[in-house]
Amino acid sequence: MKTVYMDNNATSKVADEVLQAMLPYFSEFYGNPSSMHTFGGRVGREIQQARGQVAGLLGAEPDEIVFTSCGTESDNAAIRSALSAQPDKKHIIISRVEHPAVRVLCSHLETEGYRVTQLPVDKSGILDLELLDKSLTPDTALVSLMWGNNETGVIFPVEEAAHLAHDKGAMFHTDAVQAAGKIPINMKNNLIDMLSLSGHKLHAPKGVGVLYIRRGTKFTPLLLGGHQERGRRGGTENTPGIIGLGKACELAAQNLVSKSAYIKRLRDKLEKELLAKIPQSRINGDIENRLPNTANISFEYVEGEAILLMMNELGICASSGSACTSGSLQPSHVLRAMGVPFTMAHGSIRFSLSVYNTEEEVDFVIEKLPPIIERLREMSPFWKREDPSCAIQ
Amino acid sequence: MWDYTDKVKEHFLHPRNVGEIENPDGVAEVGSLACGDALRLTFKLDENQRIADAKFKTFGCASAIASSSALTEIIKGMTLEEALRVTNRDIARYLGGLPDEKMHCSVMGKQALEKAIENYRGAPALEAGAKIICECFGVTDKEIERDVRENNLTTVEEVTNFTKAGGGCGTCHDAIAQIIERLKAEPRPEAKPRLTNLQKIRMIEETIDNEIRPSLRHDGGDLELIDVVGDRVIVATRGACATCKASGITLKNFVEHTLKERVAPEITVEEEGK
Repeated sequence: MKTVYMDNNATSKVADEVLQAMLPYFSEFYGNPSSMHTFGGRVGREIQQARGQVAGLLGAEPDEIVFTSCGTESDNAAIRSALSAQPDKKHIIISRVEHPAVRVLCSHLETEGYRVTQLPVDKSGILDLELLDKSLTPDTALVSLMWGNNETGVIFPVEEAAHLAHDKGAMFHTDAVQAAGKIPINMKNNLIDMLSLSGHKLHAPKGVGVLYIRRGTKFTPLLLGGHQERGRRGGTENTPGIIGLGKACELAAQNLVSKSAYIKRLRDKLEKELLAKIPQSRINGDIENRLPNTANISFEYVEGEAILLMMNELGICASSGSACTSGSLQPSHVLRAMGVPFTMAHGSIRFSLSVYNTEEEVDFVIEKLPPIIERLREMSPFWKREDPSCAIQ
Repeated sequence: MWDYTDKVKEHFLHPRNVGEIENPDGVAEVGSLACGDALRLTFKLDENQRIADAKFKTFGCASAIASSSALTEIIKGMTLEEALRVTNRDIARYLGGLPDEKMHCSVMGKQALEKAIENYRGAPALEAGAKIICECFGVTDKEIERDVRENNLTTVEEVTNFTKAGGGCGTCHDAIAQIIERLKAEPRPEAKPRLTNLQKIRMIEETIDNEIRPSLRHDGGDLELIDVVGDRVIVATRGACATCKASGITLKNFVEHTLKERVAPEITVEEEGK
């Protein structure tokens, strides 16, 4: 059975070019970049090249790039550092739809005496910048807002938000794990202090991430140890991972606009045809302000896990915001923050595409999904029994 | 990844008894769209007051659909008394087990069955003296107490996994914790002591005479206890059972199952001379 992989916001395939670039660093050039001898030291030079490739994708300077182990580490390091840089300030602002790497850390910080404001979003998942402005106080140490949402793809106006934060003397961090490589980012055009990025979401391997730290930003490392990354992140470098991430960023930067347009065309076709073929379905998240690869669709009267498992039988990989995939009995915090009715939230499916998806794969899903929904609806006690006009709230 | 057994997957992909019986004898609906799973159960009785047919419609995850399918298969052919003795654990066991966080799916089946039988008998829907603890999912103190006792639950999280209580707004977590604490303090029934051989044989005899034979006679069959060798119970089939091709299934699914439950889980049943 062929795998139709449409779960790229969860993780993505390592690009062949990336794998080829990495391989020599496992067996041939295995030296420690910190060594005095040429055998190790030369690897250090390759790491500098990768740093340049990452900086190229972000419009940053190479010395603003710190390699980490993952997006979660980058988020933790950024938030902890911003707080230790301003020991007198005890207030943090995030949104209600942040990734757990930010949300869970901030809940923990509440137990350490910090005050956390979670900004709401509207029914399209859009952030109210005026509300952000009103929430900023002289006590606010940090604003951390994601660039692109992992579940809906909705894009936050982080560059404007960074302006507002700076006006009130707060630092600004963004989790750009989903946005990097999918939409253009140029750190020269904004005031964002720190940005997190993860390798495996943009066709590099798992186990490598980046924290961008703007020049002049006070930084306290999360991991203390060796002098690696100029003392900003202790620990021997994940050399193959870093080389791979450099290559992946170089690839992502090439023709970013045309590749995004290709993915967007497939995504839009998938959405349009599914919505046309399946009654009582809808898109979650703002139609315009979205990452080009993400489609979050709700099918009323059916449950997400059941849809996923039936698609799984056909080799189609996607995810769901349904409660039953998490075991928590509550549907996704993102959809709840958007006020998506429970009847819709339970039956939500996220398709996230990449440049490796083809038109044939999209057509396959368009052909196979409607009968699955139909079959599950036939089994559902609510289907056709309720007056549709009162079912959609 | 789904930690489902092949049997769960099979019942999810090819569910038995989907639909609704017209003019059913009993009908019940539990759960709601808001909670993420709901089950509508209908059944019809035959002239002997046994469940002739049972059908379901379920909105929910794979294990909710599989549990509903399993439930309808289990209860077909049972009297209402027998059906009421089916526990959520029986449903889970029939499916080869369910992941912990999915046990509430089997509990939903059990609740629907009880409610449908109450509906047939015209009895009140809420147990006498029961109080709703979890407003979000309408779970009563009696239901929580029963699941805590039957499944030895010790944390609020476990109670949520089994009953869904506390899975919504969370304001009832303290009340659930109090129920767990209260039941912990209760004197627990002594664990079944190891039976002497004589006690075991007597219990086997009693179970066969009081529970198994009356049920078999109902269908014109009968059974006689021949010998007990260790945990092997040797019986002879009589009446209709003696000539019935399906008597082997009856021995395994009903006679052995009942003896395992009532006397000791190690028991196996064999037919004389086979």
